[in-house]
Amino acid sequence: MASQFFPILVILALALFVGFFVVVLGTIFGPRRPTARKSSPYESGMVPYGPGTRRMSVRYYLVGVLFILFDIEVVFVLPWAVVFRELGMPGLVLMIVFLVVLEVAFVYAWKKGALEWE
Amino acid sequence: MTPVMVVFGLLGVVVILTALGMLLSRNAIYSALFLVLNFATVAVLYIILGAPFISLVQITVYAGSIMVMFLFVIMLLGAERLPGSDRLRRQRWIAAILGLVFVAQVILFIFFRGQLTAPVGTPPATLGSPQAVGTTLFTTYALPFEVTGAILVVATVGAILLTRGAALPYSPIRKEEK
Amino acid sequence: MTAMDWLVILPVLVLSGWALTVLLVDLWIPAKYKFITPLLTVLGLVVTLGLSLSKFGNPQSAFNGMVVVDGFAIFLDFIFLVSGLGAVALAYRYLRRMGIERCEYYSLLMFSISGMMLMTYANDLIMVFLALELLSIPLYVLAGFVRMEVRSEEAALKYFLLGAFSSGFVLYGIGLIFGATSHTELPAVAAAVGKSSANLPMFIVGAALLLVGFGFKQAAVPFHMWSPDVYQGAPSSVTAFMSIGAKAAGFAALMRVFVAAFPSLSADMSWVLWALSALTMIAGNVIAIAQTNIKRLLAYSSIAQTGYLLMAFVPYGNNQVLGDTVAAMLFYLLAYMLTTLGAWAVIIAVEKNGGEGLELKDYAGLGRRHPLLGAAMTIFMVSLIGVPPTLGFWGKFYLFRTALEGGFVWLALIGLLTSLVSAYYYLRVVVIMYMQAGEPETADDLWLRLVALTCAAAVVLLAFMPGSVLSLAVRAVLQIL
Repeated sequence: MASQFFPILVILALALFVGFFVVVLGTIFGPRRPTARKSSPYESGMVPYGPGTRRMSVRYYLVGVLFILFDIEVVFVLPWAVVFRELGMPGLVLMIVFLVVLEVAFVYAWKKGALEWE
Repeated sequence: MTPVMVVFGLLGVVVILTALGMLLSRNAIYSALFLVLNFATVAVLYIILGAPFISLVQITVYAGSIMVMFLFVIMLLGAERLPGSDRLRRQRWIAAILGLVFVAQVILFIFFRGQLTAPVGTPPATLGSPQAVGTTLFTTYALPFEVTGAILVVATVGAILLTRGAALPYSPIRKEEK
Repeated sequence: MTAMDWLVILPVLVLSGWALTVLLVDLWIPAKYKFITPLLTVLGLVVTLGLSLSKFGNPQSAFNGMVVVDGFAIFLDFIFLVSGLGAVALAYRYLRRMGIERCEYYSLLMFSISGMMLMTYANDLIMVFLALELLSIPLYVLAGFVRMEVRSEEAALKYFLLGAFSSGFVLYGIGLIFGATSHTELPAVAAAVGKSSANLPMFIVGAALLLVGFGFKQAAVPFHMWSPDVYQGAPSSVTAFMSIGAKAAGFAALMRVFVAAFPSLSADMSWVLWALSALTMIAGNVIAIAQTNIKRLLAYSSIAQTGYLLMAFVPYGNNQVLGDTVAAMLFYLLAYMLTTLGAWAVIIAVEKNGGEGLELKDYAGLGRRHPLLGAAMTIFMVSLIGVPPTLGFWGKFYLFRTALEGGFVWLALIGLLTSLVSAYYYLRVVVIMYMQAGEPETADDLWLRLVALTCAAAVVLLAFMPGSVLSLAVRAVLQIL
């Protein structure tokens, strides 16, 4: 069972290797002449001020919640998609009902302006 | 001792270490990143255990959206750095004692397992594949599936209702009580 | 799965579909015509009630036994739907009066009732869990949808966090039971345990975790900590609905799961339930004495009622008395529903914005100034103590009788003594209403008066024919699949 996923392991290893390799190459061959200004955090050319972290708007939170909810929807669609030929008509109807129900949530979110930033 | 078991054991160590890292890290962002690594490693464990669908859910839902949510919350609260002093120091002892009780329970549990008279049954090897999950979900568990849709709608409405819209002028608590 | 399966659960399909429709339609109703939304809600609830009652006497199961629509389920559905109608009537003018009219209230209410109905149908642990979530999540939102008062929001957050925690207990319990028996269908779980092909320690741990989760929903001591704060912080019409619906749903789950799946555990679990019941009765009634806020008073009173209801489950492994105890529980829930709904109608009539009109002293003179409301409140208080001629008396009478039949004399005695204690704080409300001078203003709200007077009439009139109500409950129990 797990051996099916061996190619994915290879890709993962490769990705890790490339990531490390580039950084290592840069450290070995790149010139390094740090000055005080160069070492300071980069803030689009501005002089940085205040703490690097500040409170974010609660709206991000709403976006995050909506993202989770629709992400879970996708989780249900995937196992349906792999067997939907075998399921036939009943499976299609089930999924359509499920999606229509969730579209109600979507319409509600849209109409209430939850998708707008103001 | 097959190679897969060795990998499983190593990953198990990674899971425990990342969990500890998450708990002990004084910086909430580091904790969150440890948690991401923990989720990803557990996803690999699921694959080894023959549950690729669960693994996929683990990656998309937990390591993906729930972690995004955690990071938003950390940034929303501005709680990257925990305060140095620990106000819950007294509760630590209680926690440690309860933890020991739990360990004792697990040990007792392992002893009690001798009472098991018959094996509970071995699941077929393809039990956790997306195909098997799909077939079961859309035939036997059709009703729970649709109920899940309703729950997701309620959650969406609730999230929007509780974060949007003007504050309402109602108070069930009297002024002088506050 | 065929079309027939869906027809069996038609009432809940209609209700949840209608909840979705109302949610959607409300988005396009202009502010001037918002009264349409509660009207539509009432329509949906009444149609569902009709569909549900039409199935009485014809028990069916569907989805390979995952859900059963039997007399027990329909009797409880009646309680849920009527309390839902009550919650609409209580809220209709109240929400506007308090300036908190948000029409999601109505669709969330319907979703919650759908979850409660599914809970009564559920014959599979997965359905039990999903129904629990579908009924709880709307309640978390309803408890906190008034976003202004810090303490009110704190109550909602507390409810949500502890509720999520208890859902976790339920889920963990289900997981352990599945691990121990490799089944989630309740009859199959019972069969696996009966054949002792299950991992018994794991199974017992799972069952105990389920008991914790359900105890939270019912607000049984020691899982009751949330309820006084939440009852006080939530808008009163939500509290009224929550104190009936969530509690009854918790009992529906306890009944389905413990009676159907865990009969073999009764020797061990019976004493746990005994202790829970006794503790809940004592703590609820004793703490209630110290309350001066009417919402908190009723919160502790409802905790105490949980204790009396739990009494019905103590002899649950004893098949000879099981039918009687469940029937007595259904009867008591009906009495509790009518009494509580009416009492909350009076409370909402006296309540004013800013938390005014919620102290006991605000009731001074209510009996003389508003004789009808005062008389109704007196009837509710008397019924909650369990004194004739009220439905509450018969409810306690049947419960205590079944406890005696099951051989739990001490429990019945504790019930009786705590009822005596409760007389003190219930009668204090009556004394304040009639003996103390005051000029309380009440809201000019026809619907509240209608609910209060209907409930008061029902509590008194039904008390003159307890036998026929009980025989309905017995018929419902006999149809259990």
